[in-house]
Amino acid sequence: MSSIDSKPRVALFVTCLVDLFRPSVGFATLKLLEDAGCVVSVPEAQVCCGQPAYNSGDRKDTVAIARQVIEAFEDYDYVVAPSGSCGGMIKDHYPALFAAEPDWQRRAEDLSARMFELTSFLVDVLKADPVAAKLEAKVTYHDSCSGLRELGVKAQPRALLGSVEGVELVEMQTPETCCGFGGTFCVKYGEVSTDIVTRKTADIAGTGADMLLAGDMGCLLNMAGRLKREGSSIQVRHVAEVLAGMTDMPAIGESK
Amino acid sequence: MSMEVTAQNFEANAAKALRDPNLRKAMGIISGPMASRRVETARELPEFEALRDEGVKIKNHVLQHIDLYLEKFEQQLTARGGKLHWCRTPREARETVLALCRSRDAKIVTKGKSMVTEEIGLNDFLLEHGITPVETDLGEYIIQLAHEPPSHIIGPALHKTREQIADLFEEHHPDYELNGKKAGTRSTEPQVLVTEARSVLRDTYFRADVGITGANFLIAETGATVIVTNEGNGDLTQSLPKMHIAVSSIEKVIPTLEDLSTILRVLARSATGQEMSCYTTLSCGPKRAEDIDGPEEFHVVLVDNGRSEMLGTALQPLLRCIRCGACMNNCPVYHSVGGHAYGWVYPGPIGAALDPHMIGLETARHLPNASTFCGKCEEVCPMRIPLPDIMRHWRELAHEQQITPPLQRWGIEAWAFAAKHPWLYRLGARVAIAALKLLGKDKGRIASLPLASGWTDGRDFPAPQSADTFMSQYKKRSH
Repeated sequence: MSSIDSKPRVALFVTCLVDLFRPSVGFATLKLLEDAGCVVSVPEAQVCCGQPAYNSGDRKDTVAIARQVIEAFEDYDYVVAPSGSCGGMIKDHYPALFAAEPDWQRRAEDLSARMFELTSFLVDVLKADPVAAKLEAKVTYHDSCSGLRELGVKAQPRALLGSVEGVELVEMQTPETCCGFGGTFCVKYGEVSTDIVTRKTADIAGTGADMLLAGDMGCLLNMAGRLKREGSSIQVRHVAEVLAGMTDMPAIGESK
Repeated sequence: MSMEVTAQNFEANAAKALRDPNLRKAMGIISGPMASRRVETARELPEFEALRDEGVKIKNHVLQHIDLYLEKFEQQLTARGGKLHWCRTPREARETVLALCRSRDAKIVTKGKSMVTEEIGLNDFLLEHGITPVETDLGEYIIQLAHEPPSHIIGPALHKTREQIADLFEEHHPDYELNGKKAGTRSTEPQVLVTEARSVLRDTYFRADVGITGANFLIAETGATVIVTNEGNGDLTQSLPKMHIAVSSIEKVIPTLEDLSTILRVLARSATGQEMSCYTTLSCGPKRAEDIDGPEEFHVVLVDNGRSEMLGTALQPLLRCIRCGACMNNCPVYHSVGGHAYGWVYPGPIGAALDPHMIGLETARHLPNASTFCGKCEEVCPMRIPLPDIMRHWRELAHEQQITPPLQRWGIEAWAFAAKHPWLYRLGARVAIAALKLLGKDKGRIASLPLASGWTDGRDFPAPQSADTFMSQYKKRSH
């Protein structure tokens, strides 16, 4: 299914949180993919991967949304999302949704095989050259649960950050521990969620880093929300912004 | 103390737990040392992952032929002079144990640690019938003094601080005096506390008419029951009285001693981060003519309590559980709220997946919802039980059966309706983010959102970067 000029045709799955809260992450992702030699499209029929319905137990709506996503992304070599959570939903969970519909299951599996989280796509699939970005910052990296456990995203963002001039990476004691976001969990069980993120922000602050990075907007909004409530000056950004050298706009939860 | 069901009050239980300074202090040991010791001991064993796979295979095989292995177990047990009692319900199991105790005219029974006896509410039942159960596991002994249920399946008193334990001992052991500790004084030194509990319990072992233990495994090929402990209390409990009753459940059966050695290699490593627990004790029937000691009678009370209904369903993998506690030791929600908040015998991720079956989905509906789905429980489960998938299964049933509160159900359905109609979704999204952007004013964040107070009570809500979505900005750029 590769294209005539042999450049991979990649569809961007924007994800709802990037679409709504942080368009700059979408543009950073576009830039990274184009710099790596991809022809990138943004299919207009995309909305959400269906995860909120899936994790709320609304299987019927999940399946309907999944069909829509499968159709919208059928004609591309690869589909890339700046998120391990949405990526994991499509790659890991879609095929099982259609256990009783072989035709749809085949299409879901086909999409699953083409679906990638951004940093793992750049490193594992494109084996891309080091990025050209520069940033003088001491950063720490949070491993988002779905990316880490469903897609094996761990070394890839770190490898890419290693090629950003000026970036020093300092690890948390428990970078793999959940930040407490959990989709609708963060509102339904808000107090528990806040307690979990408070342990996380203590770990973040303990690193002495001046910037927190991760690959998923849900976790980032949650951790930024708590850090800002605590009065912390640690900047919170999606890793794609740093890799694309697009850190001139205010960090998450900030206006300057 | 058997457990009153409070799972339906999970939110209130959690709120209370989050405000309990003693609990917060005590929980540090679980999120810290217990979780990290597991990682270290697993790393030191190159074949750890392969052993997990082997364990899963053994358990899956047993579950496919469980009738066969249980019958084999009964045959072997009987051949060695033991007796098996099949009990469908907790009530049957309680009555069986009571009848056995009465046959020995028992006044005092010692007890080794057993979650199944918690599940069937044995202690209260015995007390009501004039029989005093004395817990001999240190943690169980502590919570028995405190009249509390266990908060963790292998560390029942992990929610208690040393100071709280010292207070309990001071209150309950007014006459205790040993090793320089004066009667009625208080010490918070672990070694002193352990010695104190040991010497208080020592006498009880000899006075007990019956010893009740659980069983981590039932070995089909030999008819033996197996317990693993760190204190040796189980051995004294089961070998000194005239009668030993092992209360266990059907999924604990495994085919051979070889299988036992495989699973034991992952059990302690997953549980406490030990290579092996201090004692692994096999009970192979009552005392024989040539034995110098041991119980005269050996009974195994085998509880089903809904387990056979799980066979062949989405819940079957839960029957692989070897009760190591790794899922709760590594659960961020459990670390925050502790075990009692879950409101029934099995807390943490295993409870969130199992309790709805045992006490009803309506009662336990919060438990499978109160998870971030971080997946850590499945990652550390030695039996690779897909705990998040099973929690999601319960969420699906709750949605279907309209057990999920209407507002939440309608909320998600309204959102899904929009998601299925992109034009409507985009319209709604534009309105919502324009409003949020406005509320964020010049600060880039919002301090209070009445409809999302669960978020904003403890966190700011980052405002959208722009009043325009990515999709809309992208469209403008490319035209």
